[in-house]
Amino acid sequence: MTTVQDLARIKDLQLSQRRGKRVLVGLATCGVAAGAEAIRTELLAAGEKFGLSDFAFDRTGCIGLCAYEPMMEVHRQGEAPYFYVNLTPERVREIVEEDFSGGRKLDQYILGGEPLKSQLRIALRNCGVIDPDSLEDYIAQDGYLALGTVLSTMKRPDIVDVIKRSGLRGRGGGGFPTGLKWEFTAKAPGDHKYVICNADEGDPGAFMDRSILEGDPHAVIEAMAIAAYAVGASEGYIYVRAEYPLAVDRLNRAIAQAEEMGLLGEGIMGSEFSFHLHLKLGSGAFVCGEETALIASIEGQRGMPRPRPPFPASKGLWGKPTLINNVETFANVPTIIRNGADWFAAIGTDKSKGTKVFALGGNINKTGLVEVPMGTRLREVVYDIGGGLPGGKAFKAAQTGGPSGGCIPAAHIDTPIDYDSLLAIGSMMGSGGLIVIDEHACMVDVARFFLEFTVDESCGKCPPCRVGTRRMLQVLERITAGQGTEEDIVKLKDLAEGMKLGSLCGLGQSAPNPVMSTLRYFEDEYYAHVREKRCPAGVCTAITKYWIDPEKCRGCTLCVKVCPVSAITGKVKEIHEIERDACISCGACQEKCPFDAISRR
Amino acid sequence: MTEIRVKIDNVTYTAPEGVTILEIARANGVEVPTLCYHPKLSIVGACRMCVVEVAGSRGLMTACSTVAVDGMEVNTRTDAVVKSRRNVLELLLSDHPMECLTCEAAGKCSLQKYAYEYSVTGATYQAEPRDHDLDSSNPFYLRDMRMCITCGQCVRVCDEIVGASALGFSERGDRTFVGPAFGHNITDTTCVSCGSCVDFCPTTALTSTHGRNRLRTANIRKVTTTCGYCGVGCQINLLVDRNEILGVEPVEGPANDGFLCVKGKYGFNFVNHPDRLKTPLVRRNGQLVEASWDEALELVARKFSSIIDQHGRQSIMSLSSARCTNEENYLMQKLFRAVIGNNNIDHCARL
Amino acid sequence: MDNAFATQHKEELGRLRELIGQYRGRHGALIPVLQKAQDLFGYLPIEVQGIISEGLRIPLPEVYGVVTFYSQFTMVKKGKHQVAVCLGTACYIRGAKDILGEIQSRLGIEVGQTTDDGLFTIDGTRCIGACGLAPVITIDKEVYGRLEVRHIKGILEKYRED
Repeated sequence: MTTVQDLARIKDLQLSQRRGKRVLVGLATCGVAAGAEAIRTELLAAGEKFGLSDFAFDRTGCIGLCAYEPMMEVHRQGEAPYFYVNLTPERVREIVEEDFSGGRKLDQYILGGEPLKSQLRIALRNCGVIDPDSLEDYIAQDGYLALGTVLSTMKRPDIVDVIKRSGLRGRGGGGFPTGLKWEFTAKAPGDHKYVICNADEGDPGAFMDRSILEGDPHAVIEAMAIAAYAVGASEGYIYVRAEYPLAVDRLNRAIAQAEEMGLLGEGIMGSEFSFHLHLKLGSGAFVCGEETALIASIEGQRGMPRPRPPFPASKGLWGKPTLINNVETFANVPTIIRNGADWFAAIGTDKSKGTKVFALGGNINKTGLVEVPMGTRLREVVYDIGGGLPGGKAFKAAQTGGPSGGCIPAAHIDTPIDYDSLLAIGSMMGSGGLIVIDEHACMVDVARFFLEFTVDESCGKCPPCRVGTRRMLQVLERITAGQGTEEDIVKLKDLAEGMKLGSLCGLGQSAPNPVMSTLRYFEDEYYAHVREKRCPAGVCTAITKYWIDPEKCRGCTLCVKVCPVSAITGKVKEIHEIERDACISCGACQEKCPFDAISRR
Repeated sequence: MTEIRVKIDNVTYTAPEGVTILEIARANGVEVPTLCYHPKLSIVGACRMCVVEVAGSRGLMTACSTVAVDGMEVNTRTDAVVKSRRNVLELLLSDHPMECLTCEAAGKCSLQKYAYEYSVTGATYQAEPRDHDLDSSNPFYLRDMRMCITCGQCVRVCDEIVGASALGFSERGDRTFVGPAFGHNITDTTCVSCGSCVDFCPTTALTSTHGRNRLRTANIRKVTTTCGYCGVGCQINLLVDRNEILGVEPVEGPANDGFLCVKGKYGFNFVNHPDRLKTPLVRRNGQLVEASWDEALELVARKFSSIIDQHGRQSIMSLSSARCTNEENYLMQKLFRAVIGNNNIDHCARL
Repeated sequence: MDNAFATQHKEELGRLRELIGQYRGRHGALIPVLQKAQDLFGYLPIEVQGIISEGLRIPLPEVYGVVTFYSQFTMVKKGKHQVAVCLGTACYIRGAKDILGEIQSRLGIEVGQTTDDGLFTIDGTRCIGACGLAPVITIDKEVYGRLEVRHIKGILEKYRED
C-alpha cells in the first residue's frame, strides 16, 4: 500500500538519486522509427568506452520535435538543458568524446533558439521529461498526488465541481464539457459503473494521444482512477488502437506497476475505493472512436454506433452508466486537481479553457507536437512554432479535424484556435491534427482524399453515411477526372446537407465537412475543374496537360530521357513535342527541363 | 403509472411514461415512416426515416429510439425532416434495381410506398446496382440481395425471435451486406425455413418462391383460419385465388403472435395436390373405393364391436396425433376410456 | 472440418481450444479471442471461425460479421513480410501515393495481395501516428520514415535476402 506520505518519500528518493549529468533519449514511435534505439545503444557503448560513470543515460517519451528525431536532451546541474538533434551513431560518438568527456559543446549539432517557445505544456507535461517505464519518475513529478488528495480529502461532488469549474472540454473532437459528463455519470442510478478511456486515435494526422500514452502512461491511469472515484465506478477500460504497439506495451507495464504499488486494484491508497483497469485493443475501425461504437466494440460486436439518447452516462457499457473521455482530456485532470480549477480556467479563451495539443504535419518545416493555450492564432502555430512552410512556399490552407474537419484558408490565418472560432469558419477542432497545405495541393483532391477515407471507414449502418459517402466520392471522382458538370456541384451541396441532417453518428454527420469547407473557400478550384476541365494545382493528372514552348525549347533531350512512357519526341537541337495521347501527366519533364520550357495547363 | 403529455405537430397527446415518440405517434394515427423499425424487434435507429424535430434538441432525432418526456414538442414534417427523409430515399434508390414493373413486392414494398409519398425517383445519383448472385438454394424462398436496403429486420427476427441466427451483417461501409456467414447459401446454415424473415422484409430482397408472378395479378382473397399442422393453434391467412392457395401469411393470434414455422408458412401445397384424399376410402372386393363419412364410421364401429366381442376390451389401442387440438385429443381419450373401455391411449410423438 | 487443415494445425488448434476455454462465459470475449487466434494462425480461416463460434456459443454469422468489420482481421494467409504503407493525411500530402506506387510496381502486386513467392503482402494502413516522419511505411514491426521513392528498392532487397 502506498500513502500520500509514501509518495513524498519516493519523490525525494528519486530526485536525490538523480545524477547531476543526465542524457535523455526520446524513444517514442517517431524516435524509434528515426533510429533512436541505435542511438541509445551507441550512447551506452561510447559512455562505457569513455568511462562516463557520472552520466545517467535515461530513456524518455517524445518531446514533440519530430522533425529533429532522433535526438537527445542533455541536463547538467546548474545549466540550461540543450538538445542534440538529427543524430547519427557517428555524431553520437563525436558528441560523447568532445562534449560529455571533453566538455566542449558541439554547437553545430545543437538545436538553436528556444525549441519549445510559445508552448504551454499541461497534457504533455511529462512527455520527453520522464522515463515512461518508471513509476518513480512519474511520482517525482508529483504523480499520483492528485489521486491521493481526492481520496484522502475530497468529497465526490467536489471533485466533479472542480472539473466543471475548470472549463475543461473533451479533447477528442466534440468539445463537450467534461465536468458535465462526469456529473451525469455520477448522478446516473446504477450499482455498477464504468470509466473508459478513448485511445482509439483515428484521425489521420493526429498522434498526441499516442505520444501521451507512450510518454506518460501513468497520467492517464491516475486520471481514470480519479474519474472512477468521482463518478462511483469500480472498473475501467482503455480502448487503444492496435496500430500503437509501443503504447500498448507501456500501458501494460504501467498498469502492472500501479497495481503492485496499490495505486490500482482493491482499497487504493488505504481507502475504501477499488478500481480495476483493463486494456482493450482495437482491431482497425475508425468509427470506434465514436463513443457508442467503441462500447459496442468492447462488448465484442461490430463497431456500429447506437442512437443517443440514451447516452453512455446513463446506459453505456453492458447497459451500465459509463464515463468516456479521451486520452488528452484525461491527461489534463491530475494537474487540474493539483493546481485547482481557477488556475486552469485562467488559461485559454472565454469558452475554451486550458491548452490544446496539435500535431503539426504536412507541408511544414517543424513537424511535431505542440501544446499551446486555446486561442493561440493559427499564424503563430504555423510560422512561429512550426517554422513556416518548406522552401518558403505560400500557405494555402490548414486542415484541422481530419476527415470530420475542414480547412482554414490563408485569409483566416489569424483566427484564434478554439472550439467555437473554428466552428464559425466551417472547420472544427477535432482531435488536433493540423495539416498544412501549400500552393501545390488541389483542394478538390484533398476533399476526395478525405471522402475516400470515410467511404472506407463508414460502418454501413445508416443510409446517409453508407450510401451518401460513396455517392459523394463518385461525384468528386468525376470532377477530378474532368468529367464533372456544374450540376455536380449543386448535388454535392445537397447531398452534404442531407448527410449532415440524417446520419446516425458524428462520422456521417461530419463526413461532408471537407467538401463543404473546400467548396466554401476554394469554389473557384471546383469550377476550374468542371468548366475549364483544368486542375489549377496540376494534381489531377487526368485533366492536367503539359506543353513544350517552342520558343524556349533548346532541344537538349533531357525531357525525352526522363519521360517514363516515351511520350516526348525530338532529336538533339530540335524542338521537342509531347504526344498528347501517350502522356500520363506525371510532370517529370517539367521538373527536369533546365530552360523552363514546359508548362502545365 | 405516470402519464405524460407530448405535443406532436401541435396536438397534445397523453401517454404512459417510458414510451417512444414513434409509439405515441402511431397510437394516435400520426404517420411516421419507418424501414428498420418493427414493434417486435430491438430498436436500432438505422434507417433514419423516422427522424423528427424535437424542440430544444440538437439535430434531428429518431422517433423510434427517443423516449418521450413530459412537455416534449415534436414536429414530424418540417422542411429539415422532409429533406432528410428524401435524401435517405434518394440514396437507397440510387443503386436499387429499378424493376418495380416485374417486382414481386410492388404494391406492398415500403421503399416504393415512401418513394411515391415523397416523390423521389432515385435518378439524382445514379449508380450501378450492387453485384449479388440470387440465392435460390432454399425451396421456399429466394434471396435477392441486390434489392436489400440493409434495414436488418431479417437479421433481428432470425436472431431475437426465431433463435436460428442464420443471418448477419458482413463487411462494412457500402460493402455491407446481409446474409449467412462466408457468403454461403442459406441452405448451408442453421436456417429453419420458417419464412419470418420473408414476412418482415420491407422490400423484395426476400420473397416466397410459391405464388411468384401470380400473387400480384391474382384476385387475392384472404381466408383467416387456424393452422392444421399441430395443436398450437397458430392463426394464418390463406392467400387464395379462385380456390387455389398461393401463399400463407401469419396473423397475430394469441398463440403465435404473428409467427409461423416452416409447415404453417410453406406446407400448404398438399391442399391442391391431385393425390390428396378428400373422402374416406373403404376396401370393397380388395379395392379401395370412395365412401361417405357415415359409411366409413359405421364400418369402423362395426369392426371395433366385433373385435371387442371376440378378443375383449383390451385388444384395441388408440394413437392420437400431436397435430390435433387439446380438445380433439381429450375427446379421443374419452372415447377410449368411456366407450371402448380401456386406457390404451398414446400419441404419435412416442412412435 | 477439413482433415488436412486439422492435421496441419494440430498444435495451433489445441492452443485455440485452450484459449477459448479461458475466455468462455466472459463478457466481450469474441474480439480478444479472434485477435489471439489470428496471432496463432496468421489469419482466420473458416475452420477457425467455426471453432470459435461453437466454443464461445456465438452464432457464426456474428463471428464472421465481426471478422469482416474490422480491417485488422484477415481471412487470407499473409506473406512472410507485411509491408504496410501509411495512407494517413500527413503521409498523403508528402507523397505516400508515389511510395505505394513504387512498392506495388516493384513487387508486382496491389494492396491486399501477396507475392507469388509468399514473401510480401502489401497493406494500406491508417495513420500510424508517425506523421512527423511522413511518408512512412512499416515492414513487420520496423518503421521506415522520411521516405523517398528511391529508397524503396534497397529496403525491399533487405527482406529478400533474409
